[in-house]
Amino acid sequence: MEAATTATLTEARRFQRVLEILDEYDRDGAKIIPILQAVQEEYRYLPEEILTYVATALDLSPAKVYGVATFYSHFSLEPKGTYVIKVCDGTACHVKGSGKLVIQLRTMLGLTEKKKTTDDMLFTLETVSCLGACGLAPVMIVNEKVYGQVGPDRAQELINEYAAKEEADGND
Amino acid sequence: MATINLEAMGTAYSGAYQKINRRVIVCAGTGCIANGALEVYERLKTFAAERGVSVTISLDHESQHQHPEGADLLLSQSGCQGFCQVGPLLSVEPDGILYVRVAAEDVEEIVEETLVAGRPVERLLYEDPRTGTQRRGYDQIDFYTRQTRRVLAACGRSDPHSLPEYVSNGGYRAARRALLEMRPEEVCEVVELAGLRGRGGGGFPTGRKWKLASRQTDPQKYIICNGDEGDPGAFMDRSILEGNPHVVLEGMLIGARATGAHAGYVYVRAEYPLAVKRLRKAVADAREAGLLGRDIFGTGLDFDIQIMEGAGAFVCGEASAMVSSIMGNRGMPRPKPPRTAERGLWDKPTIVNNVETLAMVPGIIDRGAEAYRSAGTENSPGTKTFALTGHVANTGLIEVPFGTTLREIVFEIGGGVLDESGAINNNAFKAVQIGGPSGGCLTAEHLDLPLDFDSLDEVGAMVGSGGLVVMNEDTCMVQVARFFMQFTQHESCGKCVPCREGTRQLLELLDDIIEGRSDARTLALLEELCENVADSSLCGLGKSAPAPVLSTLRQFRAEYEAHVEDKHCPTKQCTALTSIEINPQLCKGCTLCKRKCPVDAIEGELRQPHTINPELCIKCGACIEACKFNAITGGAA
Repeated sequence: MEAATTATLTEARRFQRVLEILDEYDRDGAKIIPILQAVQEEYRYLPEEILTYVATALDLSPAKVYGVATFYSHFSLEPKGTYVIKVCDGTACHVKGSGKLVIQLRTMLGLTEKKKTTDDMLFTLETVSCLGACGLAPVMIVNEKVYGQVGPDRAQELINEYAAKEEADGND
Repeated sequence: MATINLEAMGTAYSGAYQKINRRVIVCAGTGCIANGALEVYERLKTFAAERGVSVTISLDHESQHQHPEGADLLLSQSGCQGFCQVGPLLSVEPDGILYVRVAAEDVEEIVEETLVAGRPVERLLYEDPRTGTQRRGYDQIDFYTRQTRRVLAACGRSDPHSLPEYVSNGGYRAARRALLEMRPEEVCEVVELAGLRGRGGGGFPTGRKWKLASRQTDPQKYIICNGDEGDPGAFMDRSILEGNPHVVLEGMLIGARATGAHAGYVYVRAEYPLAVKRLRKAVADAREAGLLGRDIFGTGLDFDIQIMEGAGAFVCGEASAMVSSIMGNRGMPRPKPPRTAERGLWDKPTIVNNVETLAMVPGIIDRGAEAYRSAGTENSPGTKTFALTGHVANTGLIEVPFGTTLREIVFEIGGGVLDESGAINNNAFKAVQIGGPSGGCLTAEHLDLPLDFDSLDEVGAMVGSGGLVVMNEDTCMVQVARFFMQFTQHESCGKCVPCREGTRQLLELLDDIIEGRSDARTLALLEELCENVADSSLCGLGKSAPAPVLSTLRQFRAEYEAHVEDKHCPTKQCTALTSIEINPQLCKGCTLCKRKCPVDAIEGELRQPHTINPELCIKCGACIEACKFNAITGGAA
């Protein structure tokens, strides 16, 4: 019973923020992309019930909103880990070994091509098209922070750092 | 709102600048920030103050009030200076010093030596990798002196956050002239006379595009700045937006005057958060100064700009797809005609210009068509930025006149080719990939080809957005083709069958070649399918998708044939086509690999060098991992 109440409260809070975002964009259906970007910023992914809610509020069909959400690679319908690692797979990074970097990270984190997020929801591994920092190839981004010239040792170091950071934060 | 007085703003800024003793510019482009430029900046700010050097970070009214006699030091962040590889970069003016690879720990020495005592810190100067001599500043470094920096001139030399600084360097003067002294046709005329061609890839004459748009009678028109720079290996648009956002806004304002547009959009990739941030500030400052909004320069012209962040779809770089995306739809192209210049955003005439194209416009209006034509070739006048990356000593962003040869770019500006060990070895040069996933490869025979729109077209490549990826002899060209095909296949929007299914099949054929499943018909099939996809796809993405395959096939046919006929990868990059071998000198005969091999392909007695039976070996690599003496080699690992 108590769990159900908490869940409802959380739900309500979730939708409150969506309402604010909708208002920021004048409830304009043409601004669906910036709206979804703001929603994803808030929730870190696009929960299905929120997509439906946004569609209704903008007087669009859920299919149309789903269509937009699945077309663009930045939108995710699945929750992501605390640290989203993006490895650049642009040309320059590719010729400087970003492919090997991805394989190494997958092995380290126990991920595969299909399985992108670790079970403890700590890391999500993605490849992205060119980040435009080709001078520093190969490049990887963890959340917003850019790391250049990431070789195997540096990758291991970074993963350890982030994992340790999470442990420290968890113990606070 | 009162009309902005550019002269007053410019004079106030230069007046304040005169009082400054020194200026330090820390490069704060994406590359240098990744290497710690912001830590350097912060450390410098606090430490200089501790040492009694008065520091200001802007020359606005408030700071002039604080330092009426002028501060000792103006500390600025700049946009990308192009030489990302040796970043973070820090320059000191008027001393003309450039420090490279500056770390926060170096700051104290810079302050003590340079800012207080006025001497350069030798160890932080750039060292020419070929001669080993130190170079003091930009004017002594080949990477910079061999370029002709026009659109990039201000990138890295000025503060992208400062509208007054932009104005003091002549900014918005061209826009004012276009609005006050020129008729729209005259603006189009000058741009056409200059011969400015679109930098997004196609090379369509900008003046003509504007003329067509200005003839549209619909009073509601739009202008879009295309900053959806998705080509892997190109980052000139990012650098311009980060380093000099106002020049792009000014170009749009002039474009609005020429075409009669009243609303503009800048569509920027979401992968460029810093560019978006600086652009937003620039738009806000321009609005506040009355350079955007209503009744600009008192002419009655209304024009405003909105920023739209992309959401990760390469195809949105295509004009009709971008229009669809701005309107809140899936970014899919549509058949043409009608072109977006006739029916674009909300079915209104819409002009789409690339970032670099627009950044060229203020200079053309300001200095005239002739001055613009003084660089470049007859049919491709002016300069072009290229993102030079890959196996080359100096990677970074460069700007050269059209007609510059590849030899000059790779060996002079780029400083030479790097071989697999990372040493400069010009004999290791194999090819340059130009124009990204729509472009092609140039080889040693093209080293003296003057690079311009037409000459590249003739050899089956294209300027594209200007990515130049240098590749050394250890690069497998089939894999290069596969890389681009995988990119276009992934980015295909799925609307038309030739592109959606064709790129998938092309990718599978390339995989067959790489993984040793190809047969005598594979290459013919590959070529036929390339033609089909190029001929029948709906938009430029599909039409140009086969280009990297066709180009590598033409230049490196023997390499493809080795893969297909001999099942051999000449560069040993394709794991499936290389054999795994045991080096008898290193093998101790420990039998570990023999025990690990899942197919019993390894033979040999204890303490005797082992051998691998290639007939049985499945190249799983288990033996390579097991060997403690690194005696087993092969594959791509």
